Order: sequence, then structure tokens, then C-alpha cells
Amino acid sequence: MSDKNKTVMMKPHDKVAVALTDIESGVSLEVVCQEKTFHVTLKDPIAFGHKFAVAPIREGEDIVKYGEVIGVAIKDIDVGAHVHVHNLEGKRGRGDKIGKH
Amino acid sequence: MKEGKFLGYRRPDGKVGVRNHILILPTITCATRAAKQITELVQGTVSFIHQHGCAQVGIDYDQTFRTYVGMGLNPNVYGVVVLGLGCETHQARSVSDEIAKSGKPVVTVSIQDHGGTLQAIAEGAKVAAQMVQDASAIIREECDISELIIGTECGGSDACSGLSANPAVGYLSDKIIDHGGTAILAETTELIGAEHLLANRAVDDQVAKRVYEVIEAMENRSIQMGVDIRTGNPSPGNLKGGLSSLEEKSLGAANKAGSRPLQQLINYAEAPTKKGLIWMDTPGHDIEQLTGMVAGGAQIVLFTTGRGTPTGSPIAPTIKISTNSSIYKKMSENIDLNAGSIIEGEETVDQVGERIFSEIVNVSYGKLTKAEILKQHDFGIWRIGPTF
Repeated sequence: MSDKNKTVMMKPHDKVAVALTDIESGVSLEVVCQEKTFHVTLKDPIAFGHKFAVAPIREGEDIVKYGEVIGVAIKDIDVGAHVHVHNLEGKRGRGDKIGKH
Repeated sequence: MKEGKFLGYRRPDGKVGVRNHILILPTITCATRAAKQITELVQGTVSFIHQHGCAQVGIDYDQTFRTYVGMGLNPNVYGVVVLGLGCETHQARSVSDEIAKSGKPVVTVSIQDHGGTLQAIAEGAKVAAQMVQDASAIIREECDISELIIGTECGGSDACSGLSANPAVGYLSDKIIDHGGTAILAETTELIGAEHLLANRAVDDQVAKRVYEVIEAMENRSIQMGVDIRTGNPSPGNLKGGLSSLEEKSLGAANKAGSRPLQQLINYAEAPTKKGLIWMDTPGHDIEQLTGMVAGGAQIVLFTTGRGTPTGSPIAPTIKISTNSSIYKKMSENIDLNAGSIIEGEETVDQVGERIFSEIVNVSYGKLTKAEILKQHDFGIWRIGPTF
């Protein structure tokens, strides 16, 4: 199976792509989305359906998938790193944040 | 059969059903057990278990009442035995009177009036048996897709939901609407973060305004509780499947709505008064959402799942569509169609959408869904007030 079939990236300015198979850490991938190509070496193992960064993301920066904001980075995220609840937080429905700004 | 047609049972109010059930409708928890026993005695009858119908007030009373009546009015139901205890706030008689306006056969049975559980079961079974025979004599007719209301739902979502099954349901939704039919989008919770996409498709400013209102009301419920909505949604299964936030889940969920204009935003368990794409304000809870759409008149529900779910309705066939092939293989006894072929590059979104369309027609012919075969008669009302 080619790399193209193993991952999917929804919109060219997204910060993340999705693994469509379990992929080991250290694997180098070419992620293509429309006119853009990203060369990514995975820093973590990425399970089927999980996301990895295709561009560096800074702490506090919005994380974009489907061309839309899916949350904010709570730490700096390197290219190829797993993006999930350990470094991404949702911004909506956050009653726990009231009075904690 | 011609493209754009299905087989249905015509009801006195002009609507058409794809099933011909006799519903034993308990208006109160105390009557659910007796209702279940009637279904064991009489073939062709269905019922459901719930814990509502008493000591409810205000808009919460109204919402439960509307849900009961909507279940009876659903065109998949030929006739209804409304079974009450007698002293409850949701009076069986009031529910019967509303359903009877449709011209359907409706009979009220009260456990207190009939002198106890066994008498009520006997009376309910007797009238239900006659309804079953009358219903069985109806001949189905060819109906236009414009008479269909399809409910759409995703439950146990994973990262594939937004890539495979939901876009395929979106294709199907557009196709039903292009034939003049109706598709219901729901799960307000799971549209938080994608509301602007739907608001942009609203037919007028009023509908767009309502989109933001229902989203704000839903989001405020978690904010008022002082909790992170992620403690309940995305669920542990969603997180394991690769979804990291509610916004991410919502953007995938919104794909079910295809691309047609949003015609109307309706309350929970309300029947649409327009055709086309309709948003019903429901929570993300699978069963509460399913119940709301069926009470709103959906004859068939499409349910996409990545983690796998058995969910079904007592009266509306629920076609389960897997988002990935491994869950389809693992839970084939629960899942009707697989959209995982899109992930493998073996089929396009449009091809799977066409398969769903054929399945809807097949189900109208009488093909049973997996949930029907396993008697998955789920029912749950979205309660919006405390019990007193």
C-alpha cells in the first residue's frame, strides 16, 4: 500500500493529518493534500484514526482540521508528533474554565 | 420499482409508513411492564420501557407529552393502545385524544379503571389483537420519495465517521431532498463548533438565528454546571477512536447534513412543517435523539457508527452503517451496511450513498434491519426539567 493510502489530510491549510492504518514511530511519510505536499517523519506511533502534526504548532495556537478549528495547542507540537488530548484541548463547552482565566 | 419510489402503508391522515405496527404506548412507568406483557401475548405489537409520565411540569411535561403523541402519530404505526395507570400527570386519555385526531384507531386502557394489571392486560391484548388483524389486511402502495422523512444520526463515532459514513449519509440526504423528501439532522451538542457552517446554509436570517440560539443554550448547560463538556462528550470510545475534542467530532458529524439549504429548526419531537433539510434540537445522547426524530415522524433512521452500536427504535427501522471495515466484521450482527470501503479506497462516497438509497427502498419492501431482528426497542426522552 502506498503512503497516500495510509493517511488523509482534509484541507491544505490543516495542521494535522489522519493515519488510516497503525503507523510506527520513525516512519517517513509524504502527505499530499490538493496542491500541497508535506514530508513528515513520525515522532510517535500513530494508531488508526489518530492525528499527527504536518506543520509545527505553537502553544496557544488554534489547531485546524477540515479547514476549521478543532481546539487549541496546550504545548508546542513538533511536526510528526501525535496530536490528541495530551496536547490539544477543545475550546467549547468549557464550564470548568469559568473564573479560572 | 421506479427510481424515486418506495412501498408504504397509507394512513387516514395521508401519511405513509414503511412498517405496520400496533403500538402499546405506556404513558407512565407503572404501565410499562403490563404493556410489555401485551406484546408477548399478541404478535405484531411493539412497546417500550421508560421511566417518565408523572410529576413532570411545564416545558418538561410538554416535551414528554409531545414525544408520546409523536410516537403514536408516526406513520409506521397503524393503531395504538394507550396504556395508563390512571392517576399520573400524563393522562392516557389526553395522549389518546391527540393521536385520534389523525384518524388512526386508538383505544385507551387504564389499569386503575379496569380493576388491576391482569384485567388491563386482557383488555389491551383483546383490542390489540383486532387491530393487528385489521392492519394485516392493508395492501402497500407505491409512494413517492417526497413522502419520506429520514432521520440521520451518528453514535459511537470515530475519526472515520467524518471521512466515510457521514459524508455518504450526506450524499443520501441531498438525494432524498432532491426527490422532494426530508432529512432530519439532530444532535445539537455534536454540532457545537460546526454551527457556522449550518447557519451559512439557512434559508433565512430567522433560521440562522435559531441555529446560534440552540447551540448557545446547549453549550450554556455545561457552562452553568461548571464542567468541561468533554467529560461526557467526546465519550471514552470517541477518544480511543482518535477524536480529541467536541469541535472535531462536530465537524465530522455535520457531514451527515450534505449540502442542501437548512429549511427549518424544530424543537425536540416536533414534526417538520417543511420539506428538505431540517435541524431538530436534540442532545447527542443516541437514544434520546433517535426517539426525538421518530416522534417527529421519521419513518427510517440512518445511524452511522465507528465504535459499533446495537441501537434501534421500536417503530422505525434503523439502518446501521459502519465507518470502518473492522467494526463491520466484528459486529456484523448489529450493522447493516459498511462504508469502510471508502477508507480503503474501494468505493467512493457517492457509491456508498447510492447503496444506502437502495437499502432504504429494500427496507420499505420489508427487508428487516439488524436492530429489528434483535428487537432493539430503544426509547428515551430528553428530559429538560426535574421530576417533582
